[in-house]
Amino acid sequence: MDNSRRKFLKIAGLSAIAGIAAPTAFNGLLKGEAQASSASGGGHGGTGAASGKRYGFVIDVSKFARDKGLAQRCIDACHSIHNVPDYGNKKDEIKWIWTDGFENVFPDHSHYKKNADLHDAPILTLCNHCDNPPCVRACPTKATFKNPDGLVLMDFHRCIGCRFCMAACPYGARSFNWRSPRELDAAGNYKYIKNPKPEFPTRMRGVVEKCNMCAERLAEGKIPACVEEARGANAMVFGDLNDPRSRISKVLARKFTIQRKPALGTHPSIFYII
Amino acid sequence: MYDTGKIIPGLLVFVGLVTFPIWYGFVSADGHLPNPEKPTKAKQCVESTEFMRTSHMVLLNDWRDNIVREGGSRHGKTADGTEFVRSLHKGCMDCHTSKRKFCDECHTYAAVKPYCWDCHIQPKEAN
Amino acid sequence: MIEKALSGNRLYWAWLAFLLVIMGVGGLSYVQQFNYGLGITGMSRDVSWGLYISQFTFLVGVAAGGVMLVLPYYLHNYKVFGRITILGEFMAVAAVAMCLMFILADLGQPMRALNVLLHPTPNSILFWDMIVLNVYLFLNIVGGWVMLNAEKKEMPPPKWVKGLIYLSIPWAISIHTVTAFLYCGLPGRHYWLTAILAPRFLASAFAAGPALLVICALILRRFTAFDVGKEAISKLVTIITYAAILNFFFVGLEFFVGYYSNIPGHMHTLDYLFFGLTDAAGNVYDNLVLPMRFSMVIGMAATIALLFPGMRDTYTKIGWLCGMIFLSLWIDKGLGLVLGGFVPTPMEYITEYYPTGIELMITAAVWATGFFILTILYKVAISVKLTKES
Repeated sequence: MDNSRRKFLKIAGLSAIAGIAAPTAFNGLLKGEAQASSASGGGHGGTGAASGKRYGFVIDVSKFARDKGLAQRCIDACHSIHNVPDYGNKKDEIKWIWTDGFENVFPDHSHYKKNADLHDAPILTLCNHCDNPPCVRACPTKATFKNPDGLVLMDFHRCIGCRFCMAACPYGARSFNWRSPRELDAAGNYKYIKNPKPEFPTRMRGVVEKCNMCAERLAEGKIPACVEEARGANAMVFGDLNDPRSRISKVLARKFTIQRKPALGTHPSIFYII
Repeated sequence: MYDTGKIIPGLLVFVGLVTFPIWYGFVSADGHLPNPEKPTKAKQCVESTEFMRTSHMVLLNDWRDNIVREGGSRHGKTADGTEFVRSLHKGCMDCHTSKRKFCDECHTYAAVKPYCWDCHIQPKEAN
Repeated sequence: MIEKALSGNRLYWAWLAFLLVIMGVGGLSYVQQFNYGLGITGMSRDVSWGLYISQFTFLVGVAAGGVMLVLPYYLHNYKVFGRITILGEFMAVAAVAMCLMFILADLGQPMRALNVLLHPTPNSILFWDMIVLNVYLFLNIVGGWVMLNAEKKEMPPPKWVKGLIYLSIPWAISIHTVTAFLYCGLPGRHYWLTAILAPRFLASAFAAGPALLVICALILRRFTAFDVGKEAISKLVTIITYAAILNFFFVGLEFFVGYYSNIPGHMHTLDYLFFGLTDAAGNVYDNLVLPMRFSMVIGMAATIALLFPGMRDTYTKIGWLCGMIFLSLWIDKGLGLVLGGFVPTPMEYITEYYPTGIELMITAAVWATGFFILTILYKVAISVKLTKES
């Protein structure tokens, strides 16, 4: 009798310790890759990355509605410097930045009786560089990760092409190389990359790719190519969301903006002025 | 020993097959040893020749991981203070301008096929 | 013991040769896919997982189903399952082998598969799935083989193997739970984002796995002298019936939550799978409606039939009903679950998926390889059991 009670207490005590310790250990595991879990307690805001920076964009939809060609120029600027192939079909399609309808970019927002301006306004859309990115959580090899400046990037050398990140991304921002982007035409030129830029690599078949917020340009002190293109029309603002004195912070403090699917808790770094 | 007549020839065939790469190399080698072209632009590489000869791929991997993943600097300095770009394309190939005369010399000889140029765009060969 | 697989009658060799032919053709198809890329399949930017991953998901269930024999036999010493348990363990081995092959076939860069070990990432569910599947494969192959070997030598099995077998019981639950987590942890894919997914996976697994096992046991009974016994089949059929009832109950719950709450995200995929969707331009998308409805009808009909003793009194009836349940669950989980989850896309577009011929050949070849492994293992198991008895 005594013996069994002692046994019971022992087991109960051990279970209690395990119960307390396990979540802590589990959290530790999850945070092992700190880039994967910087979610601050709920809300739609979010904190910064290792460097304390968190780069983001503000996209002014009305400016793009006014200048119908602007969005395409931004897309071309991006796709040409990053050697993004154009296959001319939807199945193999690869895109880093593109335009879509309001109801596609913001399916959670009402588009019943929507504002006439929005009817055919091309909404520029790209990777949201989430502060709490589901793709980074899903990747089994850390091939996609959050860099010290808060950019969600791809390591093309490491990607195994499992496409878990594509299933995880709630914004459809990721593309897969279903075939080799380097196929040659009769003249020996790349068939699907019109003017290849030697400064930036192409990809190989079987890896996932997406917008890298021009990490290679930021390293040289330049701004992302799409923002540079839109600068004349004042249609895009780029900067550090964590710096209260940055222009983007000032714009966000002044204007009402929305993010894509904020309810999912991903904390997008791309804001839209509608 | 039983079946000596089968086991000994069998063993010989087996040994012959598993050592195929070695003796095939002896037979087919044309006596040509790799002779990568030395650059004229700089006297010294980013590390010693011995290190580069054995570990250039490790160095490239380290640069990549440091720059892409850790936000490391894209510029480095050699021991004697010469600045260089930590980049295969903008760094290495700036001096070693010809992939054919430099990289391929050894890689072909050693039958290694690195996949650098599957993505990075190879500089035009001057010929 | 493996030498037992090297002698057999003509039917045995003809069956293996048939499987080898499929494996050969599929192997050549894979060479094409390897050289061209996954664009050779029907997958696209919008439907980025196809037949490979859906087969993988279904087969994890078949593998987990083996626990429905291991648990009663080893934990509760249920002697009736004495002859059939080894079949369950070896079926788990073949099923997990197929899972791993399907994952490999689905990778864009299969040569880098070991990156998962080189850069272990505990926040990725795929990392954990890799671990639980490989360990489950190990537990079943070692457990089954050592027990069989002991039986052959008429010696008591070593003590440590019991530990492995007991571990394999919760481990079976874990493989399918973790596989469900692959899906139900993704934000923005409403059809998968449901806490009932893991229980539903397990219920369908505990019906589909044993159903396939019953069919295999009946085939063995027909073509060999090996009979697992009437009572074992009967008990297994009871297990299948209740698991299938649970599965359809869970499916019903999904329907209630979707249509009563009336939240579009919760209804879209069900609409697509069972009724078809129409876009603004009037295009109809319904390529899975017929299979899904067929799946529900035959699955529920067979489950209800199994509740009547008169419908399970001959092996022929049992075989047909188990076949219907297996097919029903294969369509539901091996097609609808994964493909449906991608419709509509996060941008609310509808893209339908059709597998290509090459994709179908590779899929067939993986199944053939699985059955090849299964045949060899069953041959060994049956030979040992029959030799001992005669």
